[in-house]
Amino acid sequence: MKRSAYSPERKLALASSQDKVLELEEVTKVYGEQPPVPALRGVSFTVRRGELTAIVGPSGSGKSTLLHVMGTLERPSGGTVRIDGVDVAGLTDTELSLLRAHRIGFVFQQFFLAEYATVVENVADGLLYTGADLSERRARAEEALRRVGLAHRAGFRPPKLSGGERQRVAIARALIGRPAIVLADEPTGNLDSVTGASIVELLHELHADGATIIVVTHDAELAAALPRQIRMLDGQVVYDSAATRRQDAVGQHEEGGVG
Amino acid sequence: MSTATHERAGVGRRVRLSFWDSARVASVGLRTRPLRATLSALGIAIGTAAIVGVLGLSSSSQAGLLAEIDRLGTNLLKAEAGRTFGGQTANLPIEAPARVSHIPNAEQVGHAGLIKDAKVYRSPMVPQANTGALQIRAVSLNLPSVLTIGVDRGSWLNAGTSEGPVAVLGSVAAQRLGIDRVHPGLRIWAGGQWFHIAGILKPATLAPEIDASVLIGYEAAGKYLGHVGVSRGEATHGPPTTLYVRAATDHVEEVQAALARTANPQAANEVNVSQPSDALTARAAAEGAFNSLFLGLGAVALVVGAVGVANIMIISVLERRSEIGLRRALGATKGQIRMQFLGEALLLAALGGVAGVGAGALATAVYAAGKGWAVVVPAEAWAGGIAAALLIGAVSGLLPALRAARMSPTAALRSV
Repeated sequence: MKRSAYSPERKLALASSQDKVLELEEVTKVYGEQPPVPALRGVSFTVRRGELTAIVGPSGSGKSTLLHVMGTLERPSGGTVRIDGVDVAGLTDTELSLLRAHRIGFVFQQFFLAEYATVVENVADGLLYTGADLSERRARAEEALRRVGLAHRAGFRPPKLSGGERQRVAIARALIGRPAIVLADEPTGNLDSVTGASIVELLHELHADGATIIVVTHDAELAAALPRQIRMLDGQVVYDSAATRRQDAVGQHEEGGVG
Repeated sequence: MSTATHERAGVGRRVRLSFWDSARVASVGLRTRPLRATLSALGIAIGTAAIVGVLGLSSSSQAGLLAEIDRLGTNLLKAEAGRTFGGQTANLPIEAPARVSHIPNAEQVGHAGLIKDAKVYRSPMVPQANTGALQIRAVSLNLPSVLTIGVDRGSWLNAGTSEGPVAVLGSVAAQRLGIDRVHPGLRIWAGGQWFHIAGILKPATLAPEIDASVLIGYEAAGKYLGHVGVSRGEATHGPPTTLYVRAATDHVEEVQAALARTANPQAANEVNVSQPSDALTARAAAEGAFNSLFLGLGAVALVVGAVGVANIMIISVLERRSEIGLRRALGATKGQIRMQFLGEALLLAALGGVAGVGAGALATAVYAAGKGWAVVVPAEAWAGGIAAALLIGAVSGLLPALRAARMSPTAALRSV
């Protein structure tokens, strides 16, 4: 595992009073009413700033629902979700949108790039709903493209890119706003193994640079390549490689009282 | 929700997209599927074009008529022999033109006498029934100048030809007889007699009855067609049936008041006095009135266009679920998604509206230029056309926009 302890982002992250960027306490999610289908049955864990975490489980384990709840695209039925110290329960739909715009970056299996727009425009759209003006968006998009090693493709359109390059564009778009968390949903799912490995390498580099990344996947091999694994089964966490640290986190939270 | 509340919640400041960002986002559908966008805007373009074209054409033709009235002048008066109390067609006295020319401010007096029951044919071989509804009129030689009619082909009657079997054709008469040029030896069979054709007149806007007539001199009418009368005990040429009087421009009403009793002192009530430009003015007003049939068709096309845009927008919302999901994930609020799709419908409708206004104005310009009219596209036509298009865009985009905004982001992301 690479760690560059001296990068400014990392120092900033360590200096931050809010070290825990994602806290889930007894989160439940039930779909439907007759009969109720429980997708999450009391999930609790904490992700600290700068962690690279895999959430792994077979289909139906609730990991997709968990991704949506962590990403505030869906509200939990019970329990508490805190993103960067903000309890999402009290927020309106508009406030949740703002939270996503500023604090959460998404990477999807299908990339979701706009084919009519250039690579740099696609990345810049990651800041569209934050209120940044066009020149700032462009400048930061170019910077984000440099971070993922695609600066030379800025003027291309997605159909001209390989799958791996497209996923790098999507990652740059998620990173552009320097969000508190990046949520990646099967980021290598549409890629061959070699390209997938290069994406995993990129995630490691970004992690070394201080980014907090949660990868949701069914791929145990991919999960094993990441520093921390949380295993899901039937809507519950059955294994967390950082279980002891999680205990600490809960203890600290009880002293702190965030909100 | 105020900005302050958002900041208290610790999620940052509420964001409103700039105009250009909104326009860029609203044009996504247009840029990704230009053909589809064009076709859906077409209905609205056709509707707007129809409305603008109808309003533009009626305004332009009105302007054309008003210009024509200006050119022809409104100082022409017409005194016609009406009917007697017994119901028979009356004649004017043979002395009427001479008397009328003594009315103060009556500057020019021309006259024509209808030769009753005289039929006109291209040749004696034409069946009796095919009269073409043409009439023969004996006319004073100054008639074209009084009525401001130009000569289209050949020449007008003169003192010599007005005594012989020579005729000049009104424009409609020439058309109905199938004569479009004048050459020596050209003859027609009129009132049972051959007449040589000396010329063809241009249309007489102020006296349509002249257009459909074969015009000959009074002398010839008396000599060949028996149109004779008696004046002061002497046999002379036949009586006129219509007087055309040019009055001094500022004295039209006085001349008009004196005309009937001067023309026929014995039976002033048998004389109908009129101002031919009145009819044109009325026609101009009628042209200005909207052609409700075409306006209705335009409105129907607009409604069909609206349905087309609504249809395309609903399909677009369904197809672009993943884009909606992505935008929600990137932080777009429901309101911003709503505005995106509403904006797209407005953009489509505005493009259709602008294209339609352009097409309608172009059609008006081409048609008006062909007719020699001034091109008039009233402001209410083009502004109204664009406003109607925008309104339709808003109405047809509303439901799809609401659906797009209501869509749950996770459902939108799953549906790939």
